[in-house]
Parts: sequence; structure tokens; C-alpha cells
Amino acid sequence: MYLADRSAPAGAKGAGGGARRRRVVAPTVLALGSVSLVTDVSSEMVSAVLPLYLVAGLGLSPLGFGALDGVYNGVGALVQLAGGHLADRVRSHKLVAGLGYALSALCKPLLLLAHGLGPVALVLALDRTGKGLRTAPRDALISLAAPAGAQGRAFGVHRAMDTTGALLGPLAAFFVLSAAVGGYDAVFGVSACVAALGVVVLVLFVPSGRAAAARASGGRGQPHGPGLREAAALLRRPRIRRLAVCASLLGLSTVSDAFLYLLLQDRTGLGERWFPLLPLGTAAVFLLLAVPAGALADRIGRRAVFLAGHGLLLGAYGLLLWAPGWQGLPLLVVGLHGLFYAATDGVLPAAVAGAVPEGLRATGMALVGTGQALARFGCSLAFGAAWTVWGGGTALAAAAAGLCCCAAFAWYALRPDGRGRRPSAP
Amino acid sequence: MTRSRRLLMLLLAVLLLGGAGTAVVLRAAARAEQARQGDPVAVPGSVALDGGDRLVFVNGAPGPHRGAVVSVPGGEPRAERTASGLTCRRFHAAAGTGVCLSSAPGALAQDNRAVIVDSGLRPVRSFPLAGTPSRARVSPSGRFAAWTVFVSGESYSSAFFSTRTAIADTRTGALEPDLEKFSVTMDGRPYSAADVNFWGVTFSGDDDTFYATLATAGQTHLVKGSISRRSVTTLAKNVECPSLSPDETRIAYKKRVQRGASLWREHVLDLRTLREQPLAEKRSVDDQALWLDDRTLAYGIPADGAADTTDLWTVRADGSGEPRLLAPAASSPTRPVS
Repeated sequence: MYLADRSAPAGAKGAGGGARRRRVVAPTVLALGSVSLVTDVSSEMVSAVLPLYLVAGLGLSPLGFGALDGVYNGVGALVQLAGGHLADRVRSHKLVAGLGYALSALCKPLLLLAHGLGPVALVLALDRTGKGLRTAPRDALISLAAPAGAQGRAFGVHRAMDTTGALLGPLAAFFVLSAAVGGYDAVFGVSACVAALGVVVLVLFVPSGRAAAARASGGRGQPHGPGLREAAALLRRPRIRRLAVCASLLGLSTVSDAFLYLLLQDRTGLGERWFPLLPLGTAAVFLLLAVPAGALADRIGRRAVFLAGHGLLLGAYGLLLWAPGWQGLPLLVVGLHGLFYAATDGVLPAAVAGAVPEGLRATGMALVGTGQALARFGCSLAFGAAWTVWGGGTALAAAAAGLCCCAAFAWYALRPDGRGRRPSAP
Repeated sequence: MTRSRRLLMLLLAVLLLGGAGTAVVLRAAARAEQARQGDPVAVPGSVALDGGDRLVFVNGAPGPHRGAVVSVPGGEPRAERTASGLTCRRFHAAAGTGVCLSSAPGALAQDNRAVIVDSGLRPVRSFPLAGTPSRARVSPSGRFAAWTVFVSGESYSSAFFSTRTAIADTRTGALEPDLEKFSVTMDGRPYSAADVNFWGVTFSGDDDTFYATLATAGQTHLVKGSISRRSVTTLAKNVECPSLSPDETRIAYKKRVQRGASLWREHVLDLRTLREQPLAEKRSVDDQALWLDDRTLAYGIPADGAADTTDLWTVRADGSGEPRLLAPAASSPTRPVS
């Protein structure tokens, strides 16, 4: 299967190519992609109108809204670790992922009852808990459903579908608001229905990970999955440890999207009207190139593509630091930013999949994902502080220097070795 | 379960959830179209900013005129509302010039803009906004307009927020897009930091001086600024959303009661003595108050039971008396001619 895929051109069309691709992209991956697509429509519907609802509707001040933001990151990252381990432990990735999706779905109607800053923060924290719970088991399900040689493409397909949902969500919200003026409750209600549909698709079309988990335990019939000791032992495996360390180091030098857009506007003098469209540009490039980048990673190696993605991000930093007066500079930076996501977001879990045994797959995904998320959060705090003290340009230069060092280290640390060659490494 | 059976169940779920979603939207749409019994009545008509003593505000009552700029006679705030065709999130006017911050669904993202309108509420100029409308003010002469928007990151997963405050010359269209570019003097010394945020501008009558909130390092400050010198100086701490009295001797503002909690008490600060006076309003006020005259303030308080509606209340500016309901289901009060 892997060889057949390799011989086919990336954009193979026609019946033959289609048949081959169907085999490469497993039905489970498509089902999970659909679940993510539908769920992202639901959650982005809410986030598109939430600032307006909170500030203009509930009359919360900007400062109050800002205070909310800090809550989520910590919650999401830590719950991801718990969710991943729990999924391996009860040997049902589908159950834990389903609980996560269901919890987020329940939060949408709850938003209607939350009228103050405290209750809104609580509901959003619950929503993030759901997201944290489901992330690692979902990625584990994807990796278990795809053949070893097509992990990158499987994750690429999933990320592309996920991003499609994120782009459609705001459109759906605006459609509801144009049909019912001021109808925030209708947006939240429709969002809840859409989220419930996501859970239904998951329940109906995603096979439970039990079979794979049982296979991993070697049919010894253990009543429970791996415990904390086995989970901790994961970090003693050199490859997973190196991946976790490298992902965290690179996360520490990845400036958050919001800061990057602020810098972009500040340094290129981009007009106010274009500012809200910057995230859409990144998402569009990510969406279009996630599958090709994943397939490329399967062919030439995940390390090369993952680090090339960070190289492109470095290029974006460099362009912003240089800030030549080109007309198309913002487009170029946003393009590089989207390419960075395409080349890294799905490729990292694909690499993790190759380094973690099936029985501990979700734990491994969570370990690397949590490390990366906490590192990025740390980077946001550090970058904000650096911006305050030194100004935006110097802070960006520092981040670029950090990214350079971390990428060089990762290139060395992730080199293929005799013991742990990645299945796809040529 | 067989494949066809699962598809059947999916179809069923799509129909059920689709039906529920449609019902929710239709119900909200019907509510938007119909006024309810007992709610303030609004009838379409012409609203003028120079037509004598009128109280102008944004209508919050359900029905086709929700969100419209409406006017009532100055002495009869509970009278039938005359609704204009202008829809705004925030509105303020003075001397026949108004600023309307509007937010409408666009093709790809929410389309937020600041529209300068003349005395007949006809658009004169329009400025695109980078975020969600928050505060709006016009200078007493009508020459300058200021607004604050709330710029958020891509989604609520990013640890980031920022305000952006701009001042526009309504005559020439010249725009000062970001007050953060002004020089800041704090406690007598030049100050610069990246986390500086401004919001809630209020203008003096001299077409140069303004007051605003500056937030930095977790602390809010009242600043006095000059448009021509592009500079601000801090005056006092823990002051948000200042509003300059017509005689320009006092500032009404909201003071955070407890660090970290979103509870504010409305106060009045005497600019000569810097003495602060808490007002009789005991509830939390999160609004930029409006001086109806030199003795009375008006401000919005979230309405009971309706998440996205405020009522307008009024209270005496010297700390005496009791708060009184001025107009239910209303926001952004303004008195273009007083």
C-alpha cells in the first residue's frame, strides 16, 4: 500500500488514483476529519460572535475579556495530558474523545445562561476542558487507523478538514445573525445542534480503538491498560523524549499568531480593514497545503518537512524584521505562516505515532502536545514581556535567534539513528 | 450495525438537529421582527441632531427598530421613540455631528466601521475598524470624534487582547489611528511600554484637550492629553471610562472596586482638588457615563433577564439621592443639544 502510494503522483486523478487514495486515507480518518470539521464549525461560530456578545452585548470591558484568555491555555494543556492517559488506560480512545466532544457540545447552550464574567469564564473553561480531553485520543485514533507509511497524509487530511470547519464557522454565524438580527441565542443554539451532530458522527462512524489497544497488549487479557508507571516510562525512550524536547523548544520560540499579526500590522502599515482577515489568510494556506505537506513528509521524511516548516516561519520573521516596502509583503508573510502550519501541525503527531507503541499512543500524543502547548504559552508571556521592555522589533529578533538555535538543535537531535529509524525515513 | 443503518441514523440526526437549529433561528428572527407587549414603542420617523432638546440613544427594545438610533423629547424620556434608519452598536453626538460605531456581518468577517454622520444622521465619512466597537465620543464642538475598539486574537484560544483608540477630525477626515503612538508622561517622567492600552476618550471644549484611560502594567490611569502635541500625562490612578462634565470641572468615571474582579463603582473626581466622590448608584457600572447636565449622570446597567440589553439609569453627580430609571432597553445616551 505504501509503495503504491509512493509511485502515484501527489495529485493523481482518475479512477485508479482515487481508488489508491481511498486505501491510503482510511475511512476512520475521514470520519474523524468530518467530526472535527463539524465541531470546528460549531466552536468557531461561537468565537466569531463572542467578543461582540461580551463587549457590546453583556457590556464587559476589554480588560475583563482579556482576563478570560489566560484561563484557557493552562486548562487545555493539562487536561490534554489527563485525557491522553485516561484514553490509554481505559483502552477506549473513542470513549474519551466522545466525552470531550460531548462536554464541549453541552457548553454551547450553557453560554446563554451565563450573564457575568465569572459564569462565562467557567463555561469557556469547561469548553476548553472538552477540547483538551479529546485532542490526544483523537490523534491516537487517526494514527492507529492509518498505515505507518501514510501517517503524514492522514494527519494532513484531518487538519485540512478541521481548518475547513474553522473557516466555515464564522460564515455560519454571520448567516444566522443576518437571518435573526441580534440573535446571539440563535447562534449559540445552532452551534449546540452542530456540535451534537459532531458527536453523532463520532458515535456512528468512528470504530472504537479497543481492538487496536487489545492487540497492543498482546492478547494477554489485562483488565486495565497501561498505568502511570508505563506512561512515565515513555519518557525513557530516546526518540519520544527527543521529540517532546524539540517540540517544546521550538514552541518556546514560536511567536503566537496574535502577536505575529500585530507585528505585521505595525511593521508593514497594513490598513485596519485587512487586520481581521489575516487569520483567514493563514487558515486558507494551511487548508490548501496540509495534505501535500503531509504526503511529502511521508516520502522525504518528517524531520525534513517539520524543520523546513520552522525554516519558513523563520523566513516570515526575517521579512518582518527587514520590512521592505513591498506591496505584497503582508501576503507573503501570511503565506509563509500558513505554510508553517501545513508543514508542522499534522507532521508532528505523525512523527510521534512512529515513536510510541500502540498501547500508549494517546499518552505519547498528549505528552508532546502538552509540552508544545505549554511552551507556546510560555513564549507568549515572555514575548509580551520582551515587547514591553525592548519593543516589538527587538523582541521579534530575539525570537528569531531563539528559533534558529532551537531548529539547529532539533535538526541534530532528531537525526535518524540505527535504533529508532522512522518507518518513512528514506 | 450495518452501514445503511448507520447512514439512516445519521440522516435522522441531521433532520432532527437541523429542525431544532432552524426552529431556534426562526424564533429569534420572529422576535427580532415583533415588538412585545409592554416594551417601549418605537415608530419610524426622522431623527435630527439639531432639533431642540432631545434625548438620543440606541434602542434596545425587541422589534424591527432594535439597534436603531432613536430620539425622545428631553423632558419625556419614556415617551414613544422616533426611530431613524441608522443602526449602531455605540453612538454619541454633539453640535450636530454624530459618530456611529456599527458592526454588521461581512462576507468573510464581521465588518466593523465608524461612521461620521451629519445632523440628519446622513453618513459623511466612514472609517474601517480593526475590532469590536466599545466606546465612542464626539467633542463638544463636533470637530473631533474618538472611538475605542477591542481587537482580539484569532479566536478565544489565544492569550491576547488589546484595545485600540483612534481620534478623527470630522471636518478633514484626518485620522490619528492609534493613541498608543502618543508620547506618555507618567508621574513626571517619559514612559514607554508595549502593553499600553487606551480607552474611553472624553473631549474638552477647546478642540485639543482630552481625557482618557491608560492601562499599563496591570494599573489604569486617568490621562490628560493634547491632540496637537500628540502627548498624554497621567493624573490619577484606578480611573476608567472618564466623562468630562459640561463645565469641565469634574470627571465621572468607573472605579474598580477590587483588583481582578469586574466590579466597578461610579465616582466623580473633582479636577481641581482630585477629591473623589462615590455616587449613590450601588450596582456595578460598566459604561462611559454621560452628563445630562452639570448635576446629573446617565449610564447603562444590564437589564434584568435579557442578556444583551441594558437599561438607562440616572443619578445625581454629587453623591446624593437615589438612582432612577431613565429609559428601559436603551444604551449610548447622548444629548446633542443641551
